[in-house]
Amino acid sequence: MNDNPESILKLAQAEFASIMDATELEQAKARYLGKGGAITELLKGLGKLDPDARKSHGAAINRAKEGVEAALAARREALAAQKLERQLSQEALDVTLPGRGQDVGGIHPVTRTLERIQEIFSSIGFSTVSGPEIETDFYNFTALNIPEDHPARAMHDTFYVDDAHLLRTHTSPIQIHYMMENEPPVKIIAPGRVYRVDSDATHSPMFHQVEGLWIDEHVSFTHLKGVVAEFLQRFFERKHLEVRFRPSFFPFTEPSAEIDMGCVFCEGEGCRVCSHTGWLEVGGCGMVHPNVLKHVGLDSEKYLGFAFGMGLDRLAMLRYGVNDLRLFFANDLRFLNQFK
Amino acid sequence: MKISENWLREIVATDLSVDELSHQLTMSGIEVESVEKVAPHFEKVVVAKVLSVEKQPDADRLNVCRVDAGGEPLQIVCGAPNVHAGAVVPCAMIGAVLPDITIKKAKVRGIESSGMLCSGKELGIESDVDGLLLLPEDAPIGQSIREYLDLDDTIFELKLTPNRADCLGALGVGREISAMTGANLDFSQAPQVEAKCENTFPVEVIEKSACPLYLGRVIRGVNGKASSPQWMKRRLERSGIRPKNLLVDVTNYVLLEYGQPLHAFDLAKLSGGIRIRFAGEGEKIELLNGETRELGSKNLVIADESGPVALAGIMGGLNSAVSEETGEIFLEAAFFDPVVMAKGRMVNLSSDSSYRFERGVDFGKTREALERATALLQEHANGIPGPVVEAKAQLPSRDAISLRLSRIARIIGLEIDSGAVSSILDRLSFQYSLQDETFSVIPPSHRFDLKIEEDLVEEVARLYGYDNIPAVTPQAGMNMLPSREARRSLSEVRKLATARGYTEAISYAFVDTSWEADFCGNPDPILLKNPIASQMSAMRSSLVGGLIDCLSYNLNRKQSRIRVFETGSCFFRDGHTYGQKDMLAGLAYGAALPEQWGIETRSVDFFDVKSDVEALFSPSPLRFDAAPHPAFHPGRSASISLAGREIGVIGELHPKWVQKYDLPKAPVLFEIEQDALLLRAIPAFSEVSRFPAVRRDLAIIVDEKIEVRDIIDCCRESLPGQQIDLFDVYRGKGIDPGKKSLAFRITMQDTQKTLQDVEVDATMAQLVDMLEKRFDSKLRV
Repeated sequence: MNDNPESILKLAQAEFASIMDATELEQAKARYLGKGGAITELLKGLGKLDPDARKSHGAAINRAKEGVEAALAARREALAAQKLERQLSQEALDVTLPGRGQDVGGIHPVTRTLERIQEIFSSIGFSTVSGPEIETDFYNFTALNIPEDHPARAMHDTFYVDDAHLLRTHTSPIQIHYMMENEPPVKIIAPGRVYRVDSDATHSPMFHQVEGLWIDEHVSFTHLKGVVAEFLQRFFERKHLEVRFRPSFFPFTEPSAEIDMGCVFCEGEGCRVCSHTGWLEVGGCGMVHPNVLKHVGLDSEKYLGFAFGMGLDRLAMLRYGVNDLRLFFANDLRFLNQFK
Repeated sequence: MKISENWLREIVATDLSVDELSHQLTMSGIEVESVEKVAPHFEKVVVAKVLSVEKQPDADRLNVCRVDAGGEPLQIVCGAPNVHAGAVVPCAMIGAVLPDITIKKAKVRGIESSGMLCSGKELGIESDVDGLLLLPEDAPIGQSIREYLDLDDTIFELKLTPNRADCLGALGVGREISAMTGANLDFSQAPQVEAKCENTFPVEVIEKSACPLYLGRVIRGVNGKASSPQWMKRRLERSGIRPKNLLVDVTNYVLLEYGQPLHAFDLAKLSGGIRIRFAGEGEKIELLNGETRELGSKNLVIADESGPVALAGIMGGLNSAVSEETGEIFLEAAFFDPVVMAKGRMVNLSSDSSYRFERGVDFGKTREALERATALLQEHANGIPGPVVEAKAQLPSRDAISLRLSRIARIIGLEIDSGAVSSILDRLSFQYSLQDETFSVIPPSHRFDLKIEEDLVEEVARLYGYDNIPAVTPQAGMNMLPSREARRSLSEVRKLATARGYTEAISYAFVDTSWEADFCGNPDPILLKNPIASQMSAMRSSLVGGLIDCLSYNLNRKQSRIRVFETGSCFFRDGHTYGQKDMLAGLAYGAALPEQWGIETRSVDFFDVKSDVEALFSPSPLRFDAAPHPAFHPGRSASISLAGREIGVIGELHPKWVQKYDLPKAPVLFEIEQDALLLRAIPAFSEVSRFPAVRRDLAIIVDEKIEVRDIIDCCRESLPGQQIDLFDVYRGKGIDPGKKSLAFRITMQDTQKTLQDVEVDATMAQLVDMLEKRFDSKLRV
């Protein structure tokens, strides 16, 4: 039997290093440090030595024992590390495989446009209201200063439900409902579907408008210009977008204006979209006609207001570069899913 | 309305370029829709006369012509079929630049040719003739063709708003340009034409308020065959009116000039006298356009003894129309009340006249227009005019309107001083006086749109220039908008739907009546009186039809997995009126999940969609009760309730509709009232237990007919506040037919103490007992 602690240590170190398995390592440990292990036996033999030899030999054995323990710990650690390494490499994924689960749908571009408009106007205190789509003649025409037989009625090709009811031709009747039910100040936008007997490449029998109305004691045409221009600049995210107001006629506003903005496609150079004028028509506006205020019981000497109306579909087309209005109502998922 | 630039420049002397003029008009509210040159650029083309024509011996189709173009006769080879000696034609001289070619001295088949005789097409101008453009024989030889045909002209196409009927004539547009630019209006009043004969025709106006002014005169000795002078034809053509004969052309020309419609009757075809009256019910008239119309008491007519000879202000009758044989006419100029005209409007019958009368014609110029037409007929058709017969009643009044400087400032938001306002009113030629910062303005007869102060404020703003009014950011109190936590926006709901894979669609609100019948069991939908197409004739009472249509559309485009939703109004009758309800509907079709790896593909089913619906309402609990629905499979259809109120339906499409609408498989749909979706509970805190939870599984066997919801409700009742989850439903081996096994996981927890096994066991035993009593359930062992 080997009784040289140094050589036992060397033997142990060599043996541990050659072991690749944790169980084997523990068995090997027993051969040195276990009951009857080489180091244990040496320690047992100490008792037979004289005190001097016991002291020096004991120290040598202890050194060897520590060395064996250190070698054992190092090997344990190395084997654990190797084992983890193996596990990790076995568990590695192809992270490029597609994720699983439900996909996400899209919001209709017209809705998306409307939500942005609501957000912009809400930032200056406008709330959103709605109204009926089957309207009476009174709300759609009379209250908006479009009396029977007024030539302006010829501008609207109206769908009729019966003699007294029609599909609203614009969102303006929402103004009337709201003003009848609410005291000024009134600060609203009123989006919705509207209907006209018209169907071709650039007209849909159903389309969307958004109406804005501000009634208070000190609202003026300069404010109308300021609000509409800033809105368009925000909506199109163009700080320097040119906005032009051009005299026009609507029975429910006086003065009235057509709203043009610089073409966002050609920057005013002239292109097919703007019919080479550099301008795009985006809506109508004006100061609310006193007869309209009268119809809702407001004193036009005390209250003034402005109203504007724009085509939501048109704004959506301009914003996203959609070139065919009909795409908005065909419900083709290949189109709709472009708006996520 | 189309109008020639040169005509306008004759009326108003302005130096503005075409572009500037067009901008000015647009910014005055008269939108210039297009600006089109009459002829493209070319030069050195003159009027020439063909002196002689000789066949070119070598070529059938070529002629050698001697041409007088104002200097030495030229030899020109010409291939046009209509070339002949004596023809007066445009000749492009050597060096002329035409739209397509430049003319050089050339040899054609060995024969020298010093120029080119031109067709209209070669000059880029319209021409009816195939071949050379033939000019009148009196055209001055050698004169530039541009000058002779007045080709340096532009056509403005104006888009007029209904309030500006005063601009439906050259004079009105000229007046507007003058007001906008300050340029002089150079339009002299047409002088009165003295009667040269005594002839008159009796006129009686019965409806004086419908026709407050009627003027007429007999003109004898006219020639129905006479053709109009070139300049008149040109102006008519440039305004889009085809010249016919002098008699008709003159009335059209004066209409374009003054905006005053005129009508010429063949006097020989009139009998008795003119009466202006409303038509009797059922009276008929054959119109100039060949149509016969049946009339009613709203239609104002010009009648003679025999009956209606014209629809007043709209169109003349065929039986009294002028023709080539006409030698005497009765020329009419009148003012008809716009409201009467609008009321008598007939379906699909509109004319240049009715368009103007409905909007308002300047009664102050009616007489002048008649004189102008008379003078033209006298000059060009040798007409011998009789005296004017006039029937005049109460014309529209032009009352003074107050215009306060303070009101201008308030509406526009800008102080405009009295000097500036006066100058604007002057430019508009309005009569006014000023006292105490208030103007009193009398609108002119041609302005039917000025009735109240605001109308004048618009005039001031317009002339001041909308561009010159600043854009001002409003100053207002910084009030916050209300924020209601118990409501959420539709936008949030939409986002939830998209997160569950649904894409938003928008369908027409008018649908096929069969959709209403099939999907809503609605045999009597709200119908449109004038639908655009029969499959778009009913107002929807449900969004389901639109979603099924969307499904078909996309299936036809090779999409196999479809999840769509829509928000929108549905309509219903409400007594004598109509109501609308805002709904949200969804449809799922095809695979439950998108094509992907590692998951077995299966079709979406009722419970997938039920979970989507629950997610939309989360955390509010919904109740689903089996309920039949016309659209759905009777065994796979449920009503949805929230807090005891029925708010929607869910179901798998009925197999008969799957077949009828040619769908490969059945989609699952739901439809919910929007207002229910917008409600949201404000969270209420309850204490989180610090004590451990105890879990027990319970498997019972019950009759197939027992609804699981009842069992869960019973568990909840007996274990208030504890969590009960169904984790398995099993039928088959080991379970008797007609039975099902249900496995629940029950998690119990107390907020005050740790639950002991004894207590839990006792509770479970009680629960098992209760279930057995209530549902005749057996514990599965």
